[in-house]
Amino acid sequence: MSAPKNLRFLDSHEWIETDNETPAVGISDHAQSELSDVVYVELPEVGRVLAAGEAAAVVESVKAASDIYAPVGGEVVEVNEALTAEPGTINTDAFGDGWLFKLKPSDPSELEKLLTAEDYEKSLG
Amino acid sequence: MSTAPLRESPLQAAHLAAGARLIGFAGWNMPVQYTGILPEHRAVRSGCGMFDISHMGQLFISGHAAEAWLNRQLTNDVATLEAGMAHYTLLLNEQGGVIDDLLLYRLADDRFLLLVNASKVAEDETALKSALPADLKMHNASDAYAGLAIQGPDTKRIADALWPEGPSLPQRNEVSIRPMPHGEAFVCRTGYTGEDGFEIFLPNEDAEKLWEQLIALEVTPSGLGARDTLRLEMGYPLNGSDLKATRTPIEAGLSFFVSMNKPEFVGKDALVAQKAEGVKERLTGLAMTAKGPPLRAGYSVHQGDTQVGTLTSGCLSPSLGHGIAMAYLPRDLAKPGRELEVAIRDRKFPVTTVKKPFYRPSST
Repeated sequence: MSAPKNLRFLDSHEWIETDNETPAVGISDHAQSELSDVVYVELPEVGRVLAAGEAAAVVESVKAASDIYAPVGGEVVEVNEALTAEPGTINTDAFGDGWLFKLKPSDPSELEKLLTAEDYEKSLG
Repeated sequence: MSTAPLRESPLQAAHLAAGARLIGFAGWNMPVQYTGILPEHRAVRSGCGMFDISHMGQLFISGHAAEAWLNRQLTNDVATLEAGMAHYTLLLNEQGGVIDDLLLYRLADDRFLLLVNASKVAEDETALKSALPADLKMHNASDAYAGLAIQGPDTKRIADALWPEGPSLPQRNEVSIRPMPHGEAFVCRTGYTGEDGFEIFLPNEDAEKLWEQLIALEVTPSGLGARDTLRLEMGYPLNGSDLKATRTPIEAGLSFFVSMNKPEFVGKDALVAQKAEGVKERLTGLAMTAKGPPLRAGYSVHQGDTQVGTLTSGCLSPSLGHGIAMAYLPRDLAKPGRELEVAIRDRKFPVTTVKKPFYRPSST
């Protein structure tokens, strides 16, 4: 699945929305495919203030636990509670219903420094 | 880590065609999964799956005195093993620690086949060769043989469709030899999943055709990922994780496969001493029935503020839907019903000690 153009990316496969005041963060379709079978998700607490690059959540597949990093700094304003019951949503809809948490960026200009969808896809080779 | 290139199974092309994701395992490039660990796990529990086990090693041992000699090298009693049968056994060091867990096939009175773990082929061969008398022959045929494990409740039906002309599938732990275009194949009704099934070791050149026949019979290609969750649900130990050179089979709960009545075998003195002293720790099953992260090897086990052990294996059991694990625990905790905790990241989660197997398959 190609990466939606309204998202920016980290090399470590997290995405963040660019067209929202409190952008959602998730992992890419490529990342969910690499992980396969997500069976557990640990989400940050609402209100927690994250620095850019800080480990914010954990996504666990049968084989491995992966840290998910905050693409930009900011305060967690909402988490996707539905994933607690249905972590497999990350596999079926990584760019949509599989979002992990929403942030209020402390410096929205940080978003500009992230990879565009096009650059991210190029980096996958 | 070794930087040597990974070895390829004779089925590598077939794996890639089936969509396998390959990983390095014991020096081999092997499928960890095809469509996913969970569907493959379920296929084996409810239908039939197949695993490439070509990485396993084969040591042929023959000679008039092979039984007596093997009986001094391995823990199980070879004298009780009839021709045409196989049993699980262990190769120990002098300290009673586990070098490898193996299957011994008795092909004839004086001809044996030892199936060894991929990571231990060289070590096993060296340990055995150093003790090999001149009148016995040992041949490492690992490079010549591929292997497939066919596992699941539908195994019998698959085998009947695969070989309609017979002979039918051997009975549990029984070995049969099938002629193949490029030599002999060894079929044994054994496995590592707890389900009905058989393992077949056959000439490399014949492997791809058998794979294709099994694909045509809709057997599900299954990888190392599912192999691990399936064996762990049964509480079967994995060498290198649950078994190691510093742990004895008594600690690992494998005394059933150690014949202490034999006059001698490598490691026996150490086991006698350990029994006299009392075993301090035992490999124990743990279950996390409340919702929580998957249990994984390396997580610490706690009783109150005291660490009492470390998980040697763990997973979220696909069949049970909760966490299962094994750990060496002090004897007083190695009993069902003890309430402990496992530390995962910055939190502790409750677990309970339970009897193994964690899961009881329908087909055996």
